[in-house]
Amino acid sequence: MAVHNIFRVKALFKNLFLALVLPLLIIILWQIASDRGLIKPSIFASPETITVSFDQMVEKGSYFKHVTASLGRVIYGYIIGSMLGLVLGSLAVLFKTFGKMVDPLIGILRPIPAIACIPFFILWLGIGEASKIGVIVIGAFWPVLLNTMQGIRSADPKLLELAKAFGKTRKIMLCKIILPSAVPAIFTGLRLGISGAWTCVVAAEMIAASAGVGYLISYGRELAQPGTLFVGIISIAIIGLIIDILVIKIQKKTLYWVDQED
Amino acid sequence: MAINVKNVQKFFIINGRKIEVLHDINFSIGDGQIISIVGTSGCGKSTLLKVIAGLEQSTSGSVELNGKKIDHPSEKDIGVIFQEPRLLPWSSVEKNIEFGISQTLSKSEKKKIIREHVDLVGLTGFEKALPKQLSGGMQQRVSIARSLINRPNTLLLDEPFGALDAFTKINMQKEVLHIWEKEKTTLILVTHDIDEAIFMGDKIVVLSAKPGTVKKVISVELPRPRDRTSDDFARVRRLVYEQFFPKEELAVEYNI
Ligand SMILES: Nc1ncnc2c1ncn2[C@@H]1O[C@H](COP(=O)(O)OP(=O)(O)OP(=O)(O)O)[C@@H](O)[C@H]1O
Ligand SMILES: [Mg+2]
Repeated sequence: MAVHNIFRVKALFKNLFLALVLPLLIIILWQIASDRGLIKPSIFASPETITVSFDQMVEKGSYFKHVTASLGRVIYGYIIGSMLGLVLGSLAVLFKTFGKMVDPLIGILRPIPAIACIPFFILWLGIGEASKIGVIVIGAFWPVLLNTMQGIRSADPKLLELAKAFGKTRKIMLCKIILPSAVPAIFTGLRLGISGAWTCVVAAEMIAASAGVGYLISYGRELAQPGTLFVGIISIAIIGLIIDILVIKIQKKTLYWVDQED
Repeated sequence: MAINVKNVQKFFIINGRKIEVLHDINFSIGDGQIISIVGTSGCGKSTLLKVIAGLEQSTSGSVELNGKKIDHPSEKDIGVIFQEPRLLPWSSVEKNIEFGISQTLSKSEKKKIIREHVDLVGLTGFEKALPKQLSGGMQQRVSIARSLINRPNTLLLDEPFGALDAFTKINMQKEVLHIWEKEKTTLILVTHDIDEAIFMGDKIVVLSAKPGTVKKVISVELPRPRDRTSDDFARVRRLVYEQFFPKEELAVEYNI
């Protein structure tokens, strides 16, 4: 057992090292290029400048304010959007008539990118929170809706026949077979939905906001502060990554019956 | 339950072509009897069982239970063990077996009969295992337990022991016969294994293929428990083999 653990720790460090090599190399080359004046510091802030900007923002407390503003909006909009997607997606498959009514509508509306709705939402709901959350709702809604529908349709006909042979009611069929069969696809939808929501919040904040990571980026551009701008961009990447890792962790626990790679 | 299969005919549409899978099938099973159905792969055995279970609609003809036509399956009357295990992949062995229970029982009663059936199919210690952690034969045994737990009046078995080794198979056959004796269950057993057909059945229905028709019904009038090594058993075996191979080929033992 102990030997086994040592191997696991070793493997973990090796993987961590492999994952960090390239990013570290890029940062080092970036810094060297900046020091030698090979790239314009007014556009490409050097890693050092970025760190300084970051430290200043953390000290002022504004960094925390921007991040929580964005996260708050994402959570709010994501919960509404994914719930709507789940419920409407389930209903559209389970009730055939309703499905036939909404199918064409889905076909027409789905290709519209959520970001394309931002100006409309601002016009309609003003530049307050509502317009930003509206965009996030849409960004989260589509992937959850489509994957829920696909998941519910994917129930194995052989299992449905089994339930029929055992004289099970439609309700039991739904709870014990149809919904569990849909869970893997629903998870895919939820995962795409959260990354959609995260994209949308940044886009919405860049257009109209007074706080948030997206605002940080456009503010950095307007005031010609490339350090601030890069703090914004890097924050988006890191927060997005953390969210994805969390979702994958939850997914592994929930989908215990599906074989998954480590 | 007495079952009457009357002029059952079944067409499937495959690639736009209408194909007759079952042609004018007639036979009957008395209450508490065991019927074995044998026939080559693809001759329509599973389809016939599904028609009897009410899971497939026959194109024409009818199936009567105690003189009444069946429309849709009801959990109390007919149990089915499918050719594939068909386990719920997200449920443990216990939960899969519990899926078979249709009576309302108290928690402790449920627990008790589930444990009994886990033991019956020799899966003690695997109660919490998921289907993906079981071998094919173990999965099939879970499926057998799931259907037995309900003690249906009639049990339709579609090659239930196909995935089991010879020893486990013989044990499972004995267990099913044991339940049959106790509960007076009517059994319809589809099998590829001629010895199994003879060991279990009061009658053997031999189906021929393309389209599936009843070629012959052989009565097995051997006393139970049957001895696979007896001369009488060998005589019946010979009779069944003759349905599949011309007489002169029978010098060697064949298996279909
Ligand atoms: N749902 C279906 N749709 C179309 N054709 C079907 C369907 N089910 C079965 N068939 C066809 O009916 C025929 C009989 O199939 P069936 O499964 O009853 O055979 P079987 O005797 O049980 O074979 P095996 O011993 O291999 O299990 C086959 O030719 C198959 O292609
Ligand atoms: Mg079959």
